[in-house]
Amino acid sequence: MAEAKKYNAPVTNPETAPFWEAAKAGKFMIKRCTACGEPHYFPRSICPFCFSDKTVWEEASGEGTIYTYSLMRKSPTGPYAIGYVTLKEGPSLQTNFVDCDLEKLKIGQKVKVVFKPTDGAPLPFFTPA
Amino acid sequence: MTIKGKAYIAGIYEHPTRHAPDKSTAQLHAEVAKGALEDAGLTKDDIDGYFLAGDAPGGLWPMVDYLGLKVRHMDSTETGGCSYLIHLGHAAEAIAAGKCSIALVTLAGKPRTGPMPPRAAGAEADFEAAYGATTHNAYGMCAMRHMHDYGTTSEQLAWIKVAASHHAQYNPHAMLKDVVTVEDVLNSPMISDPLHRMDCCVVTDGGGAMIVTTPEIAKSLKKPLVRLIGHGEAMKGPRGGKDLDLTYSAGVWSGPRAFEEAGVTPKDIKYASIYDSFTITVLMQLEDLGFCKKGEGGKFVADGNLISGVGKLPFNTDGGGLCSNHPVNRGGMTKILEAVRQLRGEAHPKVQVKNCDLAVAHGTGGLLGVRHAASTCILERV
Repeated sequence: MAEAKKYNAPVTNPETAPFWEAAKAGKFMIKRCTACGEPHYFPRSICPFCFSDKTVWEEASGEGTIYTYSLMRKSPTGPYAIGYVTLKEGPSLQTNFVDCDLEKLKIGQKVKVVFKPTDGAPLPFFTPA
Repeated sequence: MTIKGKAYIAGIYEHPTRHAPDKSTAQLHAEVAKGALEDAGLTKDDIDGYFLAGDAPGGLWPMVDYLGLKVRHMDSTETGGCSYLIHLGHAAEAIAAGKCSIALVTLAGKPRTGPMPPRAAGAEADFEAAYGATTHNAYGMCAMRHMHDYGTTSEQLAWIKVAASHHAQYNPHAMLKDVVTVEDVLNSPMISDPLHRMDCCVVTDGGGAMIVTTPEIAKSLKKPLVRLIGHGEAMKGPRGGKDLDLTYSAGVWSGPRAFEEAGVTPKDIKYASIYDSFTITVLMQLEDLGFCKKGEGGKFVADGNLISGVGKLPFNTDGGGLCSNHPVNRGGMTKILEAVRQLRGEAHPKVQVKNCDLAVAHGTGGLLGVRHAASTCILERV
């Protein structure tokens, strides 16, 4: 529950800049390939499944379930819970769980995206829905 | 085309140190190279191939120069802890193709003396670096899901550490020589759920090296003959987040490739060196290599089944990374070295497997719950 945690701003690059621009507006984006129809995360310009370059940005619901997690009991910035969330749209992604009792996390629990500020674009995290 | 029987491990050396604040990392590489050459009965000028990974300071340019080597084949494949298992396979390929005849592989470093430099950022950095994936929690995430899907318990994982500790008591160089119980493991502090401190390997300075050579040269030397008869390598990551499954490793691909090339099955194996960065690493890899069905690893490792002379599959008879040594946070080299000792009949008498003529050395490298490589080597005594 160490909340005043400072996060480094994402460096960003030309390939992923639209993700961070959308994040500033509170939107959580994924990529979808219009050739094979598969969504993916983290975003690439070329689809990691069919290798088509016909990928487009898509706003995701920001809703998902906890696939797994692990509570790191000690760190220089206090305890934190890392895990994977499987988004409603399909892809699973790595994240931290925030704004909740970390001892009560459960696999299968419903969670939603929440953005935390940095000196640059905000970073996506997940919290119980 | 196969590497089966085309390359022999003629020299091995494990540095006895576990803490080396008074030595340089390059020096440790030189010391293990010297040790492996002496074991083989060869000299530095015999080496014509050199294999190293990310632990070697500066890579090939400075290391080849520092050691004073004159090589015609080089390979700096970097896949973390399993790099050296991949090097063994690649050395066999190079030897089979005539690109070199006496290959040196070294590993050394000092993470116990001081922190290791951070890994270089990959394409995922902006989307993952902030979340603090470490070895502990990346393996913890695998263990958590394995428990959820298959009912694996902390008690079952603890048996892996218990078995390693039974072996380590006979290794004078082991960092942790005390025999521990399941209760000891469960009572050790939680580090990253569900992994306790005793589910984690040691952090040690040190290193190891091996000499890989042709059948003809190996037969001209004095050591018992140990050869590579099968090798596999593979990589696994979240791959765009599709169908994420953290309960299996890339060993599901490297293992079958190695066993097929060797023409043997897990049932034939007399001794197994299995990378034990954490207890869960061992359990998942045993399943992935086919020693038991997926999800049954917990039952397989329980009740001392991995203890030499007690159970059905003696593993890591040097005490492994869990108790003896995990030089540079990379366990692949020591896995090969203990397998060779077993095949030569040079393991400690208390843990030496009788008639040990077939062994597997297997490991992963990277973060099991994030991105990792795996490599499997099947070794045979001739």
